Amino acid sequence: MRHETLAGQPRTPTDVSAMTAASLNVKPAYLEISNVWKAFGDFHALKDISLDIREGEFVCFLGPSGCGKTTLLRAIAGLDLQTRGTIRQGGKDVSTLPPSQRDYGIVFQSYALFPNLTISKNIAFGLENTKRPRAEIEARVTELLKLVGLPEQGNKYPAQLSGGQQQRIALARAIAISPGLLLLDEPLSALDAKVRTHLRHEIKELQRKLGVTTIMVTHDQEEALSMADRIVVMNHGVIEQIGSPTEIYRHPATLFVADFIGEANKFKATAEKGSVSFGSKTFKCAAHSFDAGVSVIVAIRPEDVIPHGPGARSPGAPDVVKEPANLLDVTIGEMEFLGSFWRTRLRGADLGDETLIADFSINAARRLTLTEGTALTVELPEERLLVYPGGQ
Amino acid sequence: MAMAIDTALPAGRTLKLALDKDELIKRGLMVVIALYLIVALAAPLYVMLSKSFSTYSFDLARFEFQVSDAAGNWSEPVTAAALNDKIAAVSPEALATNSDGRLQATSFFPDFSFRSPVKYKIRGTSADASYLVGLQLHGGTEWRELGSNEFRRVMLRPSRSIGLENYTTYFSTPTLFRSIENSVFIAFISTIVTVGLAFGFAYALNRSCMRFKDAFKLVAMVPILVPSLLPGIALIYLFGNQGMLKDLLMGASIYGPLGIIVGSVFFAFPHAMIIISTALAISDQRHYEAAASLRASNWRTFWTVTIPGARYGLISAAFVVFTLVITDFGLPKVIGGQYNVLAVDIYKQVIGQQNFEMGAVVSVILLVPAIAAFIVDRMVTKKQVALLSARSVPYQPKPSRRFDTLCLAWCSLIAVFIVGIMATSQLAAVVKLWPYDLSFSLRHFAFDRMDGGGWASYYNSIRLAGLTAVFGTIIVFVGAYMVEKTEGFRTGRSAFQFLAMLPMAVPGMVLGLAYIFFFNDPANPLHAVYGTMTILVVCTITHFYTVGHLTALTALKQIDQEFEPVAASLKQPFYRLFARVTVPVCLPAILEISIYLFVNAMTTVSAVVFLYSKDTALASVAVLNMDDAGDVAPAAAMAMMIFYTNAAARLIHLFLSKVLIARTQAWRMR
Repeated sequence: MRHETLAGQPRTPTDVSAMTAASLNVKPAYLEISNVWKAFGDFHALKDISLDIREGEFVCFLGPSGCGKTTLLRAIAGLDLQTRGTIRQGGKDVSTLPPSQRDYGIVFQSYALFPNLTISKNIAFGLENTKRPRAEIEARVTELLKLVGLPEQGNKYPAQLSGGQQQRIALARAIAISPGLLLLDEPLSALDAKVRTHLRHEIKELQRKLGVTTIMVTHDQEEALSMADRIVVMNHGVIEQIGSPTEIYRHPATLFVADFIGEANKFKATAEKGSVSFGSKTFKCAAHSFDAGVSVIVAIRPEDVIPHGPGARSPGAPDVVKEPANLLDVTIGEMEFLGSFWRTRLRGADLGDETLIADFSINAARRLTLTEGTALTVELPEERLLVYPGGQ
Repeated sequence: MAMAIDTALPAGRTLKLALDKDELIKRGLMVVIALYLIVALAAPLYVMLSKSFSTYSFDLARFEFQVSDAAGNWSEPVTAAALNDKIAAVSPEALATNSDGRLQATSFFPDFSFRSPVKYKIRGTSADASYLVGLQLHGGTEWRELGSNEFRRVMLRPSRSIGLENYTTYFSTPTLFRSIENSVFIAFISTIVTVGLAFGFAYALNRSCMRFKDAFKLVAMVPILVPSLLPGIALIYLFGNQGMLKDLLMGASIYGPLGIIVGSVFFAFPHAMIIISTALAISDQRHYEAAASLRASNWRTFWTVTIPGARYGLISAAFVVFTLVITDFGLPKVIGGQYNVLAVDIYKQVIGQQNFEMGAVVSVILLVPAIAAFIVDRMVTKKQVALLSARSVPYQPKPSRRFDTLCLAWCSLIAVFIVGIMATSQLAAVVKLWPYDLSFSLRHFAFDRMDGGGWASYYNSIRLAGLTAVFGTIIVFVGAYMVEKTEGFRTGRSAFQFLAMLPMAVPGMVLGLAYIFFFNDPANPLHAVYGTMTILVVCTITHFYTVGHLTALTALKQIDQEFEPVAASLKQPFYRLFARVTVPVCLPAILEISIYLFVNAMTTVSAVVFLYSKDTALASVAVLNMDDAGDVAPAAAMAMMIFYTNAAARLIHLFLSKVLIARTQAWRMR
């Protein structure tokens, strides 16, 4: 179903992000990373990374541990120099500059607040020693405390604040010197789930307000999806995909991305023209570039499986709105209640030994009276079938 | 890990960080401190090692003479070797000598008379032959003409050769190598006894509910505050020839192994106790609960939970005690009698016989067990760190009447031993004439009337301790900071780390002797510091460098490693972070280092005994010298002065810590 805007433009979520990206495209690249390598002996932690980040953009480096995301951030910060390649910031080559001569503020997972200095002194740390008058520093500290929502806390010591509060102070300290670039190294990982969700929102708000170009490293996909303008998915030292959260989620460029972000059923399949076949069936799918007969892997996200109730193919069945294709007869194996939806494991003759995992909303489950052992027909929508090179 | 399609790194140079001012200052500082360690440690040790392989002998073939008759007609040139063959003036044994050896040239001319008009010529047959005319050193193959009166002042100098000869001599001299056996025996027995006693003591402190724990802890620390000479003196007073309790020994003599072992247990006890106590303190209550739930007996729990948990502590303590005892010099010097040990041998060879090369050989031999113990200890200590877990639940002892009484008895016994030694020394210092006139007198404190340096030596010691504490703390802490908190420059840093750990393995006697070799060489531009307070300070800082370094490292490791990046991103120089954050946060550790250096500078004898001069006599050395001269009571008095000073310093340190910590560590309170 499509939402019509006033101008009659189709606006699916994908299109929205495409537009956002387009508007951002106008701005020049603020940070240009070209052909960056990082070698630790024979191991290459970064392999030929090239990436442009535009001014004011919020970019997340996302990937499993050891993928090189932190290494890349530390190269940008000048903390661990890249072995090869150049990094330009604001048009200036900063490749080999020491941290003190680069222009960024940084926030670490550990907060790294100076324990023996009060909150105010912590925030003022980068402002002092710069010939700024005392009153100006004080005013700036007060302003920053208010900005991060912790006014009146200035005289406390870091140990007297909660983790979330400490991280906000760390953020205030980093932006105090108005850096051109804000680097966040897993800033939320040490926090409780509730605080994390809350702070996620606040950091994003703050970033939008300040318009500061921001790079955040995270291994938490939810964090990346909810905060970033663009996500850089990394694995084994290479960039797997760069795109808006919706692009990354809806159109994962590689099997790794499909698997790492969200969840995906994967089936070994054989490519046909305009379709793929796996199990004992052939399914229509979006155009792909594989020759017929090539073995591929087909992926589909559990929430994209549409339930149609038993015998959906018989004419007049109430659930079938349009001509369904890619239908599959299955039986529900186990059902797992996950709060807002049911996770079901579906088996069927057409699937062979494979199991299809599908998430059905509470409503759908009630409507179709789904229980363990229920036989039903599901649809694998053709535009949601993702095809990747197989092999191995 | 890397994927199969791993493309290769493109050719080109590896990028290097542009150096900023910060980095330059850091590297400069690191170079300065590394240089310090090289000059104060590596170079002297190297010189000493090479000395131990050097032998000196008179090579007679290298000298040639000509003699004239009264009319001035010169004879044919003849070598000293040829002359000696003819008249056998110098025996082959007498040709072997040391670096200071001198051989009178006239000994080859039996009919020499300094009044005769005969003239002499001398030259070397090779360029490196050298001889003295009076105080003037000459050499080379040019003939030098001298009248008789001058010729009698010609001294041939030995030439140096490299070889194992000194070691051969050492091992073929039973009186010398016997000391190895003695030293190892003493150290071994002392280790077993000390670790056993200390384990019981630490166990009682950590695992029982006995009373007076704080008092016991205090008493156990007392031996750290006194020189190792003090138990020796006290034992002589108690069990010596005129000792009060001599009969208790039933004929055995306190002079010798017995006295050394008892005294060693005294001064090594606190070190072992601290290490074992730390090991016991970290044990986990949950292990004991698990053992109890499995119905293990107390005995079984002790052997399967307690001992394995504390084993690294026990091993570490054993090696520390072993090293302390085998390298100690003061105690066996005072109470060893005829029983030779390695550390005293070095002293005897150097001070008694002026045989520096043999002193160097004994030093190298003493280095072996010390370094071995050090390496094992480091390996064990590394493993122990992994044992700590943040989630451990500290053990809470439950009261048990029988067990607590037993613990109290054990600790009391040890406390009586320590207090007894201290009381004896105190008594010896203030009674008129032990054991005949026990009336109170302060006459033994009139040090100026004794040999050994008098009160001046005491003030020198305070100066030394103060200077060592101040400069030592600065050097040690800055050095540790450079090792722990700088990026890059990896090889340099690990070399630095090695140098910083080395002093732990180098016995004081060895360091002192190495300093003689290095600094007393007129060719050394640093020769000027020889015999000054500076060399004593440098030597003492170096001698006690490692423990301070480790304390500083531990404190620095607890500081978030992201502070430096944050400060750099905020465009703040590292020294601002250092002054504003690092130093204040580490203040307790810094104070700890300074008091450690102070106390040890007050009590140390071994390293400085070779280096003090008339103007820089020290209290601890005065104890040694007064005891040597038979003024045992004044020696005890001076030892007590050191104790009072250290106790006072400890108190001041405690007070200062409280004040400073209250002022600067408010953030520690939640």
